[in-house]
Amino acid sequence: MPLLFAQGLRKSFGETRAVDGVDFLVESEELVSLVGSNGAGKTTLVNLLSGLLVPDAGSIAFQDADITAVPVRDRIKAGIARSFQLVNLFDQLSALDNVRLAIFSRDGTTRQVLRLAERNRHAREEALEILRDFGLEDKWDTPAAGLAQGERKLLDVALAYALRPKLILLDEPTSGVGTREKGTIMDAVAQLVQARGLAAVIVEHDMDVVFTYSHRIVMMHQGKVLAEGTPEQIRADERVATALLGKA
Amino acid sequence: MSSVQHSPDAALTLGTARDAHRIRPALWYTAALALLALLLPFLEGVPVIGWLASPFQRIQLTYGLVFSIAALAFNLLLGYTGLLSFGHAAFFGGAAYAAGLLVKYLHVYSMEGFLLAGLTSALVLAAVFGSVCVRYTRIFFSILTLALSQVLWALALKFFWITNGTDGLSIPTPTLLWGLVGTSGDKVRFLSFTYYYYVLVIFFVCVAVMGVIAASPFGKALQAIRDNEVRAQFVGIGVRRYRWYAFVISGAFTGVAGALFAPLNGLTTPDILHWTFSGKIVFMTVLGGFKSFIGPILGGIAYNYLETYVIKTTEYWQMLLGIILVALVLVMPRGIVGVFAWGSRREQRNR
Repeated sequence: MPLLFAQGLRKSFGETRAVDGVDFLVESEELVSLVGSNGAGKTTLVNLLSGLLVPDAGSIAFQDADITAVPVRDRIKAGIARSFQLVNLFDQLSALDNVRLAIFSRDGTTRQVLRLAERNRHAREEALEILRDFGLEDKWDTPAAGLAQGERKLLDVALAYALRPKLILLDEPTSGVGTREKGTIMDAVAQLVQARGLAAVIVEHDMDVVFTYSHRIVMMHQGKVLAEGTPEQIRADERVATALLGKA
Repeated sequence: MSSVQHSPDAALTLGTARDAHRIRPALWYTAALALLALLLPFLEGVPVIGWLASPFQRIQLTYGLVFSIAALAFNLLLGYTGLLSFGHAAFFGGAAYAAGLLVKYLHVYSMEGFLLAGLTSALVLAAVFGSVCVRYTRIFFSILTLALSQVLWALALKFFWITNGTDGLSIPTPTLLWGLVGTSGDKVRFLSFTYYYYVLVIFFVCVAVMGVIAASPFGKALQAIRDNEVRAQFVGIGVRRYRWYAFVISGAFTGVAGALFAPLNGLTTPDILHWTFSGKIVFMTVLGGFKSFIGPILGGIAYNYLETYVIKTTEYWQMLLGIILVALVLVMPRGIVGVFAWGSRREQRNR
């Protein structure tokens, strides 16, 4: 069985069918890229998988358990974490505290009311280590609001990563950052995903990035899956070329 | 701050560690002030600060400390969780009334009894109010807290055969420490010395406990919810449940303040249940600075002096408070603490 298996997913916003009968699966330790033009339904699909939205129809199974209607918190416990296209951070907290909070929450220690957060050496060490992995160790005590856009993107991914998920959903982790930083972010992500044996779903516009890092590519168009396959297969697919690459 | 060692007083501020080392001198001042408060009753007649040690001034300070506990508790919701309650009078006044009713019906004259009754009533009220209010945020939350607290005010006003209506309930001088310290004859002496120390100790305990809560993993989770509700949810925090916890904790400490207030004032009237009293707690907190942990302490003490002296000098004191509030919001949004921080930064630059 695949790690994640979604069948016949549908989600409409008014008249718009954002996701229109999508079957989608992710194997363990697989890096899947979701591509497609704006409005293809990529982010909606990620929102359905992560629990931000509930599907109108269809089902989602994770590790053989049905999670279609399971709330966000329980999905995170099951091992699904996500980052956001528009960065979602705790802006007034330091980079360290941002990551540390994910660790506290993962370990169930946010219930500790009468113990100083600083006293938890393990959480502190682990948070610093994660910041190091993402190249943010120098910024550990900068509030998230004071970080550069690329750093904020990295920290957003780091928060999801700190939850130690089995599957990480990354919604455009490189959008809005410079070309050079894009490589840095994706290198970090790909390396960490492989080192930890995570599976990842990455929504991405930059086809160079997609072809470089993906094991498999799923191409969406108007709420449906248009094509899927290995980078080589997708590169050779004429429908993809006309729908996406032709425009670029 | 080149070393990785996290500055410990980051725990006491809402800002980052880099901000914290700027505030470190303020911590030393705080320690000095605490020592001064402990020695105060023995400083009568000492030049320069002797006037502060008079019984009248000590009672004023006791009022200030009580308000500080309430403002600090209130700020767990405003500064840390990002919820503006306009109903904290319910927990303050409710606890004071609990003490009053304890005297009236059960003839209990023990301060520990007052505290227990006050804490319990505040816990129950906050648990019930909270379960309704935390379903909403922003203005809806504020209005709900205001509305619910006004219900309590109306009850205190209308059920006059229980609460004595606008006359209020009188609270005699209680015994302290389970009767160990009896009621002395001289009320001024009791309030300005024995009770002053009693309040001071409880104040220290409340500050310490709330300080730890604010810097605990739980406190960090509250700040996370304040900063970004969606992301808090997506790191696995039960947002609504944590808001409720914060609400109950905040209400409970406000109740402690209310119970301490009752014998100090000697009378419990519906005023302290009215929403305008909630507004005063908001005012104290903003005055001191809701973006730092210690701000509300300064705010509570400063507010009490402001009210005491401004009422004496002008009948337009409420207008003056209004002007101060506008000035605060426009010119110094970080309150008294912000002014101190600004001053110490200037000092560093001039060095």
